[in-house]
Order: sequence, then structure tokens, then C-alpha cells
Amino acid sequence: MAAPLASRSALLFTSLPARLRVCCACARSFSASRLQNHESKEQRETHFGFQSVPEEEKEQKVYEVFENVAGSYDLMNDTMSVGIHRLWKDLFMRRLSPAPGTKLVDVAGGTGDIAFRFLQFAGNESSRPSTFNQMPNPLTQDFDIKLPKEVEMGLFVDPAESQVDDSSSSSSDEEGDRLRPGSRAATHVTVCDINQAMLDVGKQRADKLGFTSGISWVQGNAEDLQFEDNSFDAYTIAFGIRNCTNVQQVLNEAHRVLKPGGRFMCLEFSQVTNPLLRSVYDSYSFNVIPVMGQVIARDWKSYQYLVESIRQFPDQEEFADMIRDSGLRMVTYENLTFGIAAIHSGFKLRR
Amino acid sequence: MAACARYSLRTQSLLRKLLCFQTSDVSTSRLGSLFVHRRHASTVNQDYDEEQSDSEDKTNHQLRYDELYPGHIPTTPFQRGLLAVGSAVMCLYNPARDDMICALGESTGHYALKNLRNKMEKDPEGRLILEEQPVINTDTIDIDYLGSLPEDTFGKAYWHFLNKHGFSPDARLPVHFIDDPDLVYVMLRYRQIHDLTHTLLGMPPNMLGEVAVKWVEAIQTGLPMCGMAALFGPLRLGPKHRQKYINTYFSWAIRCGRNSKLLVNVYFEKHWEKNMDDLRQELNVEPAPVPLVRTGQTNLS
Repeated sequence: MAAPLASRSALLFTSLPARLRVCCACARSFSASRLQNHESKEQRETHFGFQSVPEEEKEQKVYEVFENVAGSYDLMNDTMSVGIHRLWKDLFMRRLSPAPGTKLVDVAGGTGDIAFRFLQFAGNESSRPSTFNQMPNPLTQDFDIKLPKEVEMGLFVDPAESQVDDSSSSSSDEEGDRLRPGSRAATHVTVCDINQAMLDVGKQRADKLGFTSGISWVQGNAEDLQFEDNSFDAYTIAFGIRNCTNVQQVLNEAHRVLKPGGRFMCLEFSQVTNPLLRSVYDSYSFNVIPVMGQVIARDWKSYQYLVESIRQFPDQEEFADMIRDSGLRMVTYENLTFGIAAIHSGFKLRR
Repeated sequence: MAACARYSLRTQSLLRKLLCFQTSDVSTSRLGSLFVHRRHASTVNQDYDEEQSDSEDKTNHQLRYDELYPGHIPTTPFQRGLLAVGSAVMCLYNPARDDMICALGESTGHYALKNLRNKMEKDPEGRLILEEQPVINTDTIDIDYLGSLPEDTFGKAYWHFLNKHGFSPDARLPVHFIDDPDLVYVMLRYRQIHDLTHTLLGMPPNMLGEVAVKWVEAIQTGLPMCGMAALFGPLRLGPKHRQKYINTYFSWAIRCGRNSKLLVNVYFEKHWEKNMDDLRQELNVEPAPVPLVRTGQTNLS
């Protein structure tokens, strides 16, 4: 955005080859056929909460919302859901049940809630701090037996992939990742978010909680990820897909970056099934949450947007269809707290 | 439904809502009206066609920002109540949250503002202010000109106040939560002359000075927020200030509030060049018995 529009368009006009045309609204040059697509896109409108905004504006408006709330995001989550969002996220991670060695991409992962739970669940000794949410091993807690290492760690040793080197694995007991040679072994989560402010808050939290390795923070757009095809074992997006301008595009990208056999999991607000509960939930959402936002986060409008955007998001079945449209299969969903939230899951099948 | 006829109308509508899950009739019951935005006369006709086609959610919950004035956020009675309680708690917890003090004033001040507006309309200078609606910010006031005035003038004293504490007249927050367009300017004027009141009374912006000013404002404007701040503010005073408050400043502030002219009615912008003592005499403001000087130990903003 360096040169002002007038001089930019003047430059374009003088240097245009004959076959190119210029868009009147934004002064960008295109070939004739692409110009048609571009112009029809310019007029497309989408929803921003209950307001109607041009598609290009939505991304910027959402960016500003999260820039404003980043500082008090976690406190507001706790206050609004009375801490229940923690239970949802714990259940979400239990449903995913990642094995050590999993490569996860957590999109719209902002402040790191899912990433930290992932590392605690599946991580190496080095990346897991000793005090964060310790869970007993469900396989051995009632019996006094010794299980083989692979079973205890929940590791899947895929016979189709390169053979395990027995001599190197027998020496170490703690690090399950030694069963797979090289850098492919390490459990890793890539936290991707479009908003740098949220990532910064996440990095601070990681330092405070002691998550030092196995996590990387990347700024990126869910609709256009910078990762290679088939590069992740699992893809999660928690309370983020609702804010994206083009949900189908996000799902398509998820399908692209997942490895064959990889799992897509989405935790998102959804439609409450029971009508009586729905009216109570609506009253609570619209009457209480924006006020909380003003008192705690100094921002009424962002939280008004939040409760409105929940209503604008497709319901469980419709969203499941959208996931199927992207190519993911075995799509299922599970309602949480009567449908206030829902976990959708899908797999990218091996050919 | 015939069996419901035995119950009162209110119970009937509640039962109807529970059993038939109707939410569109929310506005007809008094309980339900707590959760609905007030439609103003000017906007009712515009809304009529939209209401037929929009979903239930939107008609009940759609907010139109800046509907009555720039910065307007419509609120339901329930929201105003919750905002009042929430902002009161937050004010006590963190007095530096000026937006919470403003929210508290706006959500609780409806009747006081109506009363204040009536008082302004009865006074000739007040009527002039309501007509011209002057706003105090760096565009309308030449701060350098104020600095060039002689030492004992009101304008110079105000300039000292702004300079010494690093304030700017632009820092006063706009009004958000008042739903009556007539009262918006009254609240704005009250907020904008707060610093001028500080100057006139000679009170610094530490906790003790703020409490003194709030007493004067509470007595003059009747705003519940001022009353609450004046009552609960002293809880946060340190021991030395508490002594001074009890011995001297409390009674002086009450006297000032009762005897002096209603400060919202004073067109301060016309009095910059006036001598401070003359102005105080005109407005019947008793100068502080012991001048209070801020040492910087308790800092609010």
C-alpha cells in the first residue's frame, strides 16, 4: 500500500499491455477473463455477526476483533463459559487421543489451549512440564503388570513404514520417540493463527507453563496455508472456523495438508437442540456476554460479534456436509453441553 | 390452553412461552420486556418491514450501533442493570478504569439526568449551553492561549492543572449507553466539566481530591454514580488522607455542593480571562480551607 491510488493507477495505465484490463474499484490489472471473476467477487457480501459486510472487509474486521481481545481472551473465556470451555477442550483432546510422534497443526490456535493439551497428552518428556494436568495411565492403573513399551506409550509401529531398529530402542525406556529414527519421531504441534497478537499471548503462556519444545508458532491464513500437501497427522481447529470468511476453503485446505490416514477435528459452537434451553442460552448470550466484555475486556462490540457469529454458523448436520464436500470421510459429530458446542471429526482416507 | 384462563395474564404468557416455545412474544410480557431493546419512535417505521422477513434471533437481538448518536450502543434494561453492578464492582477493584466509571454513570443516571436537564432549561446560561452544545476538546480550546493568560485567571489555573498532571481535554470518553438522545449532551457536558470543577475547587486528581469533587457533583447533579463514588471512594484512602478527609474536606465539600451555583449551568468557556477569586465569588464557591497539593504518592490515572 505504498503509493497512493491515483498515482498507482496512472502508472498502470501507462504501462499496460493491450490485452490487460484494469479493475475500476481497486486499480489492479487482470486479463479479461480474470477481471470478470474479480469484479463479481468484489460485490460479494458476507456476514459479520448480524451485519453484512463485503468479503474482503470481513478478514480485517475479524483481525481487529482478536487484536483487541487478545490480552483478556483467556480470562473472558473462563468468565463467559464459567470454566466449561476447559472441559470441552480436555474432552476434545481425549477424543483425538494422539499417540506420541504425532505431528499436529492447530489452526486458529492463538493462545495455545489445544497445543498445550496435545503436548501434555502425547508429548515427549522434554516438552511436557511435570505439573500440567497429569493423568494416570488408563492401561495399567488398576493392575500391576508390565506392558511392552509400544503398548504402554500407545505407539503404533506401522509395518508399512521403515522397520524399527531394535538395538537402538532397547537402551532407552523414557523416550518413546526413539522407536522411530530421526526427526520424524518427535511429537510436534504447529500453532498457526492469522493474528500475531494472539500468537504472542500464546508464546508468553507457553513460557510461563513450561512448554519449551515440540511447539512452533506460525502466522498464517487458514484459507491458504503455507504448508506442503500431506504434511500433518492431525489437524485441529478449536473455536476458530466460525470466524473464517470462507469455511469451505478452510476445510479444503485441511484436506490438503493432512496425510492420508490423517484426522481432522473441529471444536466449535453449534446449535442447541432443545428449544427451551436454546431460549435460555440465547438470553444469556445476548444479555450477559456483551456486558461482561465491556466490564472485563473494555470491548462490547467484539463480544456482541462473538455471540452473533455463533448464530450465523451452520448447524451440526450442515457443517458435517461441508466437511464431506472437502473430501474428508467418516465424518461424525458429537454434541457437548446440549449442543452449545460440537466436536466434528473426519478422516482423509488412504487411496 | 383453556385451563390457563384461571391464572393471571402474566402467568398465562409465561406458560404459553414455556409450553409452546414461542420466543417472538417476548416483548408482550413485562418480564420479557427486560430483555428487549426499546424501539424509538423515529426508527419504528423503518423496522416494520424488516421484522417480517428477518429471523427471530435478529429481531430480538440485532443491535444497531450509532443509531441515535455516534458511539451509541443500545442496551436492554437487564443489560443496563448488569452493567451497573459489574461496573460498580470493577470501579472499586480498579479505580483507574475510567470507562467503568462512565458506564456506571450512564447506566444508573437516567432519572438524575432528566432532572438535571430540567434544571438546565430553567437557567438562562444553562439554556444557552443546551442550545449551543459546546464541546471541550483540543479543537475548540486553544491550550497555548490559556497558557498565555495572567497567573490569577481561571484559564491559566486550568492550564496549570492540565500541564501538571499531563491531562488532555480529549481524554474524556464519549457517551455509549444512554438511550435517550435528549440526555446524551447533558451527560457529556457533566463529564467534560469534571476537570474544570477540579480547577475551580482547587482539588488535585488524587483519591482525596476526586472524592471531594465527587461529593460536590453528587449534591449538585444527583447522579447515583457520583453518590456511590463519594461514599465508597474514602474506603481506599490512606490513613493520612483519611484524617484530612474527616477533619476538613468532607464538610467543606458538602458546603460547596450545597451553596454554590449548579456548575453544569456555567458556560466556563466564556470565563477563561476572569480572575479566579472573582469567579469563585460569583459562583459562591468557598475556597478550600487548607489548600491540597498532590505529592504524587497516591496516583489514580
